Amino acid sequence: MNIITAKGLNLHYGSFHALKNIDVDIPEKEITALIGPSGCGKSTFLKTLNRMNDMVQGVKITGEVIYHGEDIYANGMDVTVLRKNIGMVFQKPNPFPMSIYDNIAYGPRLHGNYKKSELNDLVERSLRGAAVWGEVKDRLKKSAMGLSGGQQQRLCIARALSVEPDVLLMDEPTSALDPASTMKIEELMSALKKNYTVVIVTHNMQQAARISDKTAFFLVGEMVEVGDTDDVFSMPKDKRTEDYITGRFG
Amino acid sequence: MKNRLSAKRRAYGTILKGFILLCAGITVMLLAILIGFIFYRGLGNITWELLTTARSALKNTIGILPNILYTLYIILTTLVIALPVGIGAAIYLNEYAANKRFVRVIEFATETLTGIPSIIYGLVGYLFFCQKLGLGSSILAGSLTLVIMTLPTIVRTTQEALKTVPDSYREGAVALGATKWYMIRTIILPSSLDGVVGGAILSIGRIVGESAALIFTAGTGYALVTNYLQALGTSGGSLSVALYVYAFEQGEFDVGFAIASILIIIVLIINFMTKFVKRKLKKV
Amino acid sequence: MKIKAVMEKTMSCLFFICGMVTIAAVITISVYMVLSGIPAIKEVGLSEFLFGQVWKSTAAEPQFGILPFILTSVYGTLGACLIGVPVGIMTAVFLAKIASTRVAATVNTAVELLAGIPSVVYGLIGMIVLVPAIMQLFQLKNGTSLLAAIIVLAVMILPSIISVSRTALMAVPKEYEEASYALGATKMETIFKVSIPAAKSGIAAGIVLGIGRAIGEAMAVMMVAGNVANMPGLFKSVTFLTTAIAKEMSYASGLQKQALYSIALVLFIFIMIINVILNAVLKRGDKR
Repeated sequence: MNIITAKGLNLHYGSFHALKNIDVDIPEKEITALIGPSGCGKSTFLKTLNRMNDMVQGVKITGEVIYHGEDIYANGMDVTVLRKNIGMVFQKPNPFPMSIYDNIAYGPRLHGNYKKSELNDLVERSLRGAAVWGEVKDRLKKSAMGLSGGQQQRLCIARALSVEPDVLLMDEPTSALDPASTMKIEELMSALKKNYTVVIVTHNMQQAARISDKTAFFLVGEMVEVGDTDDVFSMPKDKRTEDYITGRFG
Repeated sequence: MKNRLSAKRRAYGTILKGFILLCAGITVMLLAILIGFIFYRGLGNITWELLTTARSALKNTIGILPNILYTLYIILTTLVIALPVGIGAAIYLNEYAANKRFVRVIEFATETLTGIPSIIYGLVGYLFFCQKLGLGSSILAGSLTLVIMTLPTIVRTTQEALKTVPDSYREGAVALGATKWYMIRTIILPSSLDGVVGGAILSIGRIVGESAALIFTAGTGYALVTNYLQALGTSGGSLSVALYVYAFEQGEFDVGFAIASILIIIVLIINFMTKFVKRKLKKV
Repeated sequence: MKIKAVMEKTMSCLFFICGMVTIAAVITISVYMVLSGIPAIKEVGLSEFLFGQVWKSTAAEPQFGILPFILTSVYGTLGACLIGVPVGIMTAVFLAKIASTRVAATVNTAVELLAGIPSVVYGLIGMIVLVPAIMQLFQLKNGTSLLAAIIVLAVMILPSIISVSRTALMAVPKEYEEASYALGATKMETIFKVSIPAAKSGIAAGIVLGIGRAIGEAMAVMMVAGNVANMPGLFKSVTFLTTAIAKEMSYASGLQKQALYSIALVLFIFIMIINVILNAVLKRGDKR
């Protein structure tokens, strides 16, 4: 089943046509990877899924993005509720300059009323869900800024999980991390897909091939090809895809 | 999926945004009312007679020409001393000083000077320049006091200007065999001129607006003195001091508003000129 | 080129001397403050001076208790902050987070102009507009009051608070705000729960700057506060530490004059303490 579908999505930054007629389905509880060379629009597309592009000056978006049967760009769609359900993790880990506990509790405190004990449970669940509980459980009240890069990124994943989303958007989540942390997070993603839909932008093709179920290849604002990861990587239908995957450019 | 933000969060957002806009509005309104009222009560009272004559008990008229002159004398005297000293200190800090700790001491001293209220400057100026050095209540004493007051501003703005000069200029000059002072004189100072000028303009604004520091050091005199050197030894009230004396001590509100209008016009000019100099700096 | 070498040495000496001037100035001021302020305190007695509630400097049997002045300065500054800090921070938020570039530039110019207006001009308006208004509004015999001084001071410290807080807010890394939005927060929630807390040490520095200005202001307050040595009351004519000095300086002599120097010393120490706090707050912010 597809949880998100983009139909005829176009995006302009001023006069620059950044996304050209994107049609794609994101299947539920799978990992979909968006790959392509720098500047191809994959991050831009990712951000259209939770309307984070809205905040850019001069952006114009036409087309539809259907989530739970509704177009998220229709009038009356509340962005704050949308973003609760579709969470995002950024390339550079960006924990708040607060305690670890307050980082995770931030989202829940916004969206609901929780008793202290409920909040404690939620924080622990989220941190466990991001495979970082063991490393932080004795220092919840300490500042999140004291964690290592890899730990901070898992903290950010836990923070995204704390508001109980359906979908997790991840924008090059491991590109700023060392190989050991990268591996931990890739393992985490495979575990996450049991309960969440994951859409990941990556410029690392090997990573896409390793962990994703479905892959979409972007080039100059167009989505050139999309399909099961194995198919895309072993038998690409478009020559451009083949060139990129075999390293002829990119 | 619930599509609407909870009522509580919506209310939170609206109230806070309203409060923010209210406060910003208050700030702008305050300025508008201040300037508006001063001009309303004051512009009409700026007569040719006011600007070009001195106070005359005989004719029972008030003229602020002496005060205008005293203000100019004070600005001139203060800058003539404060600019070289301040620029010199900034050059020392940026180009010469090797000992990091010593630099921090000087910078700490400069910061401390910034925080001292003007009435204490007035008091110490009175004790040191007027009494100890025997200058009495005079333009010179007032100017020397203001030198110390404006020094931090000049040092800071000059330092910033010096810092924007790329090191490549310095390296290039040294590679050509220039000595330090030569390099500073011919390359660094000209490049930072705009920042220095900006600092000078800023200081003029502070000097014009200053009253507490001047009232005890330069006095409140209103005699017309056109000889600069003679004025240095005379007690003379600057425009701000004159405003205080006429409005608060003598109840001459019309004159007070006229002077206030002049002061505000000066502030507007200074503000405009500072921006103008900044824009010129960006072009370079 | 011997001349060149001599020139070089001379100039570098000159520059060094210039650098020393600031240090010399601070030392001179401190020395004079202490030397001239100690005699009266010694004569009157430290606790009588600081905690005495009666100031009758020109009476046959003069009394020199400055508690009224200390309390007035403290209440006046606190009152000014109570009004000025919220308005200032909110205006800074407006400038940093909400206003479009054009509107922000205009409001910013307004703030810079407010900063440049001489204190006597604030005093004049306070005297002519505020004081009569207070007299009418509250049915008082006389409008000169602590309240008038608080309002004038609040307006005067606005520019300091606004400009420093605005800089601090603009320096908050965008990533924090992005993370907040991605979690489903509204703009107001992001500003108040993430941006302002992240900028808090800068904002605190702005507030301390404002406090310094308020406690050191003399002329504007002189023109609206009434200058009577009362224990402070919101609607009473009062005297601040600064105005106590300004008021009697011109005609004081002997012990009275020395007492004024002592008041200046107390004020000086107050300000130094505030500056130390400012530096401590800033350093803690830098540690992050």
